[in-house]
Amino acid sequence: MDYVIEMLGIRKEFGSFVANDNITLQLKKGEIHALLGENGAGKSTLMNVLFGLYQPEAGEIKVKGKTVKVTDPNVANDLGIGMVHQHFMLVENFTVTENIILGNELTKAGIVNIKDAAKKIQKLSEMYGLDVDPNEKIEDISVGMQQRVEILKTLYRGADILIFDEPTASLTPQEISELMQIMKRLIQEGKSIILITHKLKEIMDVSDRVTVIRKGEGIGTVVTAETNPNELASLMVGRQVEFKTVKSEANPTDVTLVIKDLVVADYRGIDKVKGLNLAVRKGEILGIAGIDGNGQSELIEAITGLRKVKAGSVSINGKDITNKKPRKITESGVGHIPQDRHKHGLVLDFSIGHNIALQTYYQDPISKNGIMNYSKVSELAQKVIKDYDVRTQGEHTPARALSGGNQQKAIIGREVLRDPELLIAALPTRGLDVGAIEFIHQRLIEQRDKGKAVLLLSFELDEVMNVSDRIAVIYDGQIVDTLLPKETSEQELGLLMAGQKKNSNIGKQGETTHVE
Amino acid sequence: MSNRVVNILVPVISVILGLLVGAIVMLVSGYDPVLGYTALWNGIFGDAYAIGETIRQITPYLLAGLSVAFAFRTGLFNIGVEGQLLVGWFAASYVGIAFDLPMYIHLPFAIIAAALAGAAWAFIPGLLKAKLQVHEVIVTIMMNYIALHTTNAMIKVVSDGGDNTGTINPSASLKSAFFESITDYSRLHYGIFIALAMVLLMWFILEKTTTGYELKAVGFNKHASEYAGMNVNKNIILSMVIAGAFAGLAGAMEALGTFQYANVKGGFTGIGFDGIAVALLGANTPLGVIFGAVLFGSLKYGALNMPNEAGIPVEIVSIVIAIIIFFVACGYVIRYFLEKANKKKEAK
Repeated sequence: MDYVIEMLGIRKEFGSFVANDNITLQLKKGEIHALLGENGAGKSTLMNVLFGLYQPEAGEIKVKGKTVKVTDPNVANDLGIGMVHQHFMLVENFTVTENIILGNELTKAGIVNIKDAAKKIQKLSEMYGLDVDPNEKIEDISVGMQQRVEILKTLYRGADILIFDEPTASLTPQEISELMQIMKRLIQEGKSIILITHKLKEIMDVSDRVTVIRKGEGIGTVVTAETNPNELASLMVGRQVEFKTVKSEANPTDVTLVIKDLVVADYRGIDKVKGLNLAVRKGEILGIAGIDGNGQSELIEAITGLRKVKAGSVSINGKDITNKKPRKITESGVGHIPQDRHKHGLVLDFSIGHNIALQTYYQDPISKNGIMNYSKVSELAQKVIKDYDVRTQGEHTPARALSGGNQQKAIIGREVLRDPELLIAALPTRGLDVGAIEFIHQRLIEQRDKGKAVLLLSFELDEVMNVSDRIAVIYDGQIVDTLLPKETSEQELGLLMAGQKKNSNIGKQGETTHVE
Repeated sequence: MSNRVVNILVPVISVILGLLVGAIVMLVSGYDPVLGYTALWNGIFGDAYAIGETIRQITPYLLAGLSVAFAFRTGLFNIGVEGQLLVGWFAASYVGIAFDLPMYIHLPFAIIAAALAGAAWAFIPGLLKAKLQVHEVIVTIMMNYIALHTTNAMIKVVSDGGDNTGTINPSASLKSAFFESITDYSRLHYGIFIALAMVLLMWFILEKTTTGYELKAVGFNKHASEYAGMNVNKNIILSMVIAGAFAGLAGAMEALGTFQYANVKGGFTGIGFDGIAVALLGANTPLGVIFGAVLFGSLKYGALNMPNEAGIPVEIVSIVIAIIIFFVACGYVIRYFLEKANKKKEAK
């Protein structure tokens, strides 16, 4: 038998909701097997079944040819299955060694033997080229390093089957390519890997085979070398996916948002936006391109009233909104898809319905004389759920229970429902799969075509290039240039984002952004 | 086992386990548990008088539990119920003795005075939390001590150096001749209706009003609330003020109902602290608070009969009562074992 893990015909129900239906996944020894599916397709459920967190209603699990019952994660550990979680399970102020041995301590006469453990970890780290210092504290090392600690943790416990759950979600491009190397190294040393992801590029780069699931159903398994991103995308989504966003020519008219000489400081009091000028017109999508940390967050927070403006002004349709309260700004016609949907976008413990009401709960028709009309809330929520294809069991489901893409769709639905003059979308597709990304891009373009102004902030160059009608490049708190997507290239944008052409374009920037 | 069966089984098993362990404690100490529990039962339900007194005991627990639960639901930990209750107690007593008004003005006036006093006492920690991010736990604990000694001093001032304000005027009293007649002259008073009305009010505020929506949102996620244009600071203060008003009303129950006066106290009443347990036992829901208050009130009052009827020392009685409450609070442990047993059965 050359399969190390076989999951055959797995079915998992939650009440009346079928999360997994007849899914089969067979992992060969020494392969990287990708598990591909949209957000909420049932990938995590399947892995939780394998890991013993859920018991399947039907189906069979075989490890190395033998049928097993995985009743809890300890059983999975004993079978040599290790999971590298998307959200790391590490104690911040413990060292690498302390974290790895936690719950599995080497003891000598009742005293934890840190030294020997550290040596063992050092050896493992060298063997797989992980380059981790066992004596560093978690809080002092980068996110990429922390992930390697998670990998070491599973290796230390003797795992030879590793599950990676969305491992690249929080990594930089550099760290991603390093991780790919590490995965290849693990395979060479005889491990087998299941890679859960919805990023097609990664699958094409490292995997040997791909199992696709869609809406809880197993679609099939394909050999990576015999497929291509387009085929994978359509298998995953169930229809043809357009990678190039289709849109008509923009038809920009009057100026909506005008930002003049804006200065904003971050929470430490250090200026992050340094005299920025920008204008967005009705009927256009203005994309802000830039590397994270060049003042983008502070800019958005200043426009939406979440952060104090130190100097300069912001106005909407000629009305000054500088340093107004967030509610005043919202009521001036600003819709905002926030950068951090868990922190700002949603009250996770509220139901989806309650969240749909978050911006309008105090207004007629939801609130009358201080009394909430919750049936109206349900009605609005059902409309958003239907119009925006939010996949959930209903409007009473807690927002926390939805997948990232569906949470984001609900937020966009809520913001667009108010029909804002200016829609600010900050990293609207972060962590989403191709289907959801396409959907969200279409909604942004729809707003533009309705004659609204859209301000798009993104760290992904192809998103900025594809969706925007104009691109403003931000560097060190200023807009260094404004360009048209068809007249520029990723190379030129990359150079501008790195601050290369700043001086020669300062004059030109003034002209293009001061649209009066 | 279905979820529903588990939901019913959990409290039943917890109480039985608590009683069993309590019985062991009595046995080990050389007392008859059957006698002891008979005395407890009689203390709670034995006769009309006992039932009346038990309900009277439940009344302030209801309000103290509401106070803690309301603050909890909006993300705040109100440990200051004790202090808010004491100032409410004094305020109601003062209005009760200082004025001579028709009942339909005097009684509401005294009740509202107590609620306002409690609200004002809770406003201070609310304000400090909102404006200066001082943790409400520290401030409310300290405010308890300030309340204890301030009200003691005020009682001395009001009574010219005495240690009792004297009995309130009948026009401000919650005493009920009807309840007295049916419960063999227990101290059961009309306050129970006020307490139950407040349970309804808490449910109404949280589940029906726009303010309740805001309070809950702020409690769950301050950042998202701020993004949605809510005034986070205002809501923190408002939540503390409402919680304080509930606690102040608990004081009014003692002042206008049970005791008819305020007296100098050597220490805290304990109602405020038990209110934390009442709220937590009831999972901070209005209905749950009723459950918690009934459990606490009954056990606390019924236990008083155990030394008299069964000759069990007060100390052992306290241990037994604490064990029963402990097991009820550990309900989730029992749920865990039930669910595990369930899983095992499924796996086989």
